[in-house]
Amino acid sequence: MNVAAVRPAAVALEGIAKKFGQFVALRGITLSISPGEFVCFLGPSGCGKTTLLRIIAGLERQNAGVVMMGGRDVSALPPSQRNYGIVFQSYALFPNLTVARNVGYGLETRNVAKAQIEGRIDELLTLVGLAAHKQKYPAQLSGGEQQRIALARALAPAPALLLLDEPLSALDARVRQSLRHEIRALQRRLGVTTIMVTHDQEEALTMADRIVVMNQGAIDQVGTPQEIYRHPTTAFVADFVGSMNFLPGTFVAPDKVKVGGLTFDCPAQDGLAAAQKVNLCIRPEDVAVRDLPAGIANRLPIEVADLDFVGAFCRAMLKARAAPDITLTADFSSNLIRDLGVRLGSQLDIALPPDRLKVFAA
Amino acid sequence: MSLAAPAPRSVLRANLSRDDLMMRAGVVALAAMLLLIVGLPLWALLAKGFEDRDGKFIGLANYVSYFSTPALFDSALNSFHVAAAATLIVVPLAFLYAYALTRTMLPARWLFQGISLIPIFAPSLLPGLALVYLFGNQGFFKGMLGGPIYGFDGILIAQVFYCFPHATLILVTALATADARLYEAADALGASKIRVFFTVTLPGAKYGLISAALVVFTLVITDFGIAKVIGGNFNVLATDVYKQVIGQQNFSMGAVVGMVLLAPAALAFVVDRFVQRKQVALLTARAVPLIPKPKFGRDVFFTAFCTVISLGILAILGMAAWGSLIKYWPYNLSLTLSNYQFANFDANGWDSYFNSLRMAAGAATFGTVLMFVGAWLNEKTKGFGAVRGIVQLLAFLPMAVPGIVLGLGYIFFFNAPNNPLNFLYATMAILVINTVAHYYTVGHLTATTALKQIDPEFEAVSASLKVPVWRTFARVTAPICLPAILDIAIYLFVNAMTTVSSVIFLYAPDTKLASVAAVNIEEAGTTAAAAALCIVIVITSATVKAMHILADRFLLGRLQAWRRR
Repeated sequence: MNVAAVRPAAVALEGIAKKFGQFVALRGITLSISPGEFVCFLGPSGCGKTTLLRIIAGLERQNAGVVMMGGRDVSALPPSQRNYGIVFQSYALFPNLTVARNVGYGLETRNVAKAQIEGRIDELLTLVGLAAHKQKYPAQLSGGEQQRIALARALAPAPALLLLDEPLSALDARVRQSLRHEIRALQRRLGVTTIMVTHDQEEALTMADRIVVMNQGAIDQVGTPQEIYRHPTTAFVADFVGSMNFLPGTFVAPDKVKVGGLTFDCPAQDGLAAAQKVNLCIRPEDVAVRDLPAGIANRLPIEVADLDFVGAFCRAMLKARAAPDITLTADFSSNLIRDLGVRLGSQLDIALPPDRLKVFAA
Repeated sequence: MSLAAPAPRSVLRANLSRDDLMMRAGVVALAAMLLLIVGLPLWALLAKGFEDRDGKFIGLANYVSYFSTPALFDSALNSFHVAAAATLIVVPLAFLYAYALTRTMLPARWLFQGISLIPIFAPSLLPGLALVYLFGNQGFFKGMLGGPIYGFDGILIAQVFYCFPHATLILVTALATADARLYEAADALGASKIRVFFTVTLPGAKYGLISAALVVFTLVITDFGIAKVIGGNFNVLATDVYKQVIGQQNFSMGAVVGMVLLAPAALAFVVDRFVQRKQVALLTARAVPLIPKPKFGRDVFFTAFCTVISLGILAILGMAAWGSLIKYWPYNLSLTLSNYQFANFDANGWDSYFNSLRMAAGAATFGTVLMFVGAWLNEKTKGFGAVRGIVQLLAFLPMAVPGIVLGLGYIFFFNAPNNPLNFLYATMAILVINTVAHYYTVGHLTATTALKQIDPEFEAVSASLKVPVWRTFARVTAPICLPAILDIAIYLFVNAMTTVSSVIFLYAPDTKLASVAAVNIEEAGTTAAAAALCIVIVITSATVKAMHILADRFLLGRLQAWRRR
């Protein structure tokens, strides 16, 4: 028996469309999120990810489409009749209420005994590691602490769904790193279905069970972080998630692409016509340099045109010696730089492993 | 994948929550209220201009007769003339004064700032009375002017006094928001002081200057008290309205003059809104505030300048205060308090003062609640754009309407025998309502600005936590906005104490206000008692303002510990 048939999707979207005046924000979004899943909506600003989250929350009204939560059609319901907690980038903590009263805000109107409310507040503050700050006001806490309070407040009434709208964007890099792990651990522990909106690909890659990459109001790709990174299905996803070299060329045979007069082997493609303009893509870290066996495919003699020291590695700008208009970047580890004596102007051979190459129509 | 599921074509009808319905009902009620206290009275005024004395429609006949009566038309020219002159004098003075307050090492800055505000706490007839004492037919310096003070010169001097704080407040705000980095960049590029002034300082204050000029122009055009006291035979629009209505009982012609008076004020208002819209935020979050550094020559010059201006303001106030204490000007200069026994000069005696207090307290209470709750409803209600637009328009309208015009509209609207609301006529309630309506815009703007500064997601969070919106209003929004709420209340109280123009048509014998009584007493020829009443008003409103400042500094700090970091 299919598990999905027994437990309805935590959130199911069907054909969600939204316009703001002439601007089309969302064009027919369909998506299903399983109970307990952590899903990230990832995309550049203006791609519609926040609008989609606000439609799920009932804060915006879709022009068309259905929103289901746990098998219940909530498309036309106001926010208060859906069942979720939400955390905003701005925290939106009530500045005139103490930490305890903020966390208890959603409990106090629900006819719950006072002792029980206080117990729940303590429980949540312990969960986010801020029990000592119970009587403080938000302004007395750091940004990271405030965001944890906002999280505790959202989780206090034990909602079925947690919505996070760029929750880490206002924090500095170090706090962001540690909160990523904290939120993820908390989410796993509570098993609450979570949707997070972010424009930070690293955040999405480290936190999500599944990433929904959005572009211009539509979903480009849905998949696990590994799938999204290793097997991008569109040029946009390839470009937006991680770094990617784009070498403009021509499709000459099912497994051959011609770039700047040179022909490269690539995985067999279908859906592309002969002589079609394409981009041959490879990630900088996939460029092979060391111990290239004789007769390796896609060997390319290059010259190092530029070297940027990034810390753990160097990003090198490489020019093909036979075809100077072919340039690409590659990540060289410090070891490699030292062992091979790479410096500006060095000439060496690299290879573009065919199984690491992607071909996208230009 | 989007091909797999064709989007359902249904147009969704949203279910509104109880909160949404409640707030929409609130917005409708607010719109109806504003229509009643602003829209319909103005409509009644507009309609009246097209009627003859018996209420028959006669088209533009009143307007034709207005523009063909040279005496009436001259008043319009006079009004323009004096308003333009006052603007040209006040704006540069206020600019220098504001510059001294914000950009120099002025000693005792708080004192100079406080003195510049004094005229706000006085009814506009106070400077007129002081000038009568100084330069009037029996004045100290009568010979110095080379002519009588009554007329253009007197109005001009009194208007400069009366408008000065309004222009200064605007320009202080404009000059206070400066980015030190611009000045550092200009210095680093080797620009001369003069060049820095013309390329950085002045452009930064440009919109403030335009705004100040428009405000002064409008204040002068629409003010009634000064021209009444010291205008002599120099007629202006505001006094014409009064003469037509009170003197000749010619309501239709009063309405026509009112409409003529409305035009320049409305025009100035529209220009100001246009200018404000063009203004972009000069001060970004990253700006570095400019902190003035000592510079001997400049500081001495501006200290001297501010001292002269402050002495001028204090001299006018002091003259009115002294005059109010004098037995028989100018023959017996011994001091007395007999001028403060108002029963000897006006049938109402001190009652008019207590009426003023009651009216001001009523306007501050009722007005603050209406303005704040109204601004909140209009700001936070989702959708419902058309009705919210109407509210916004009606909330902005009073700013463009001179008080005397609004007051006239109230007569026509509330005194109409077929109006079910005409039981309000000649009550204290109508004075309160009229004052709230007259000053609605500033309160509404103050509340809206405060509400825009708090996190827009509070309501979203509350809804997600299933907390009703009114609970968040009471527990979070209103407490956070308490300083703004107090500002609105004090603003209403002070204006209710000092206003003459709109209430002069609306009082009944037993609801006469102190400011109106001062006009009546002055009309009857007792300058000293009128000055005494003005001084009582100044003391009252200045005390309330001082209490507000103290409360702001000490009480709020203690009650609202959460504001401290």
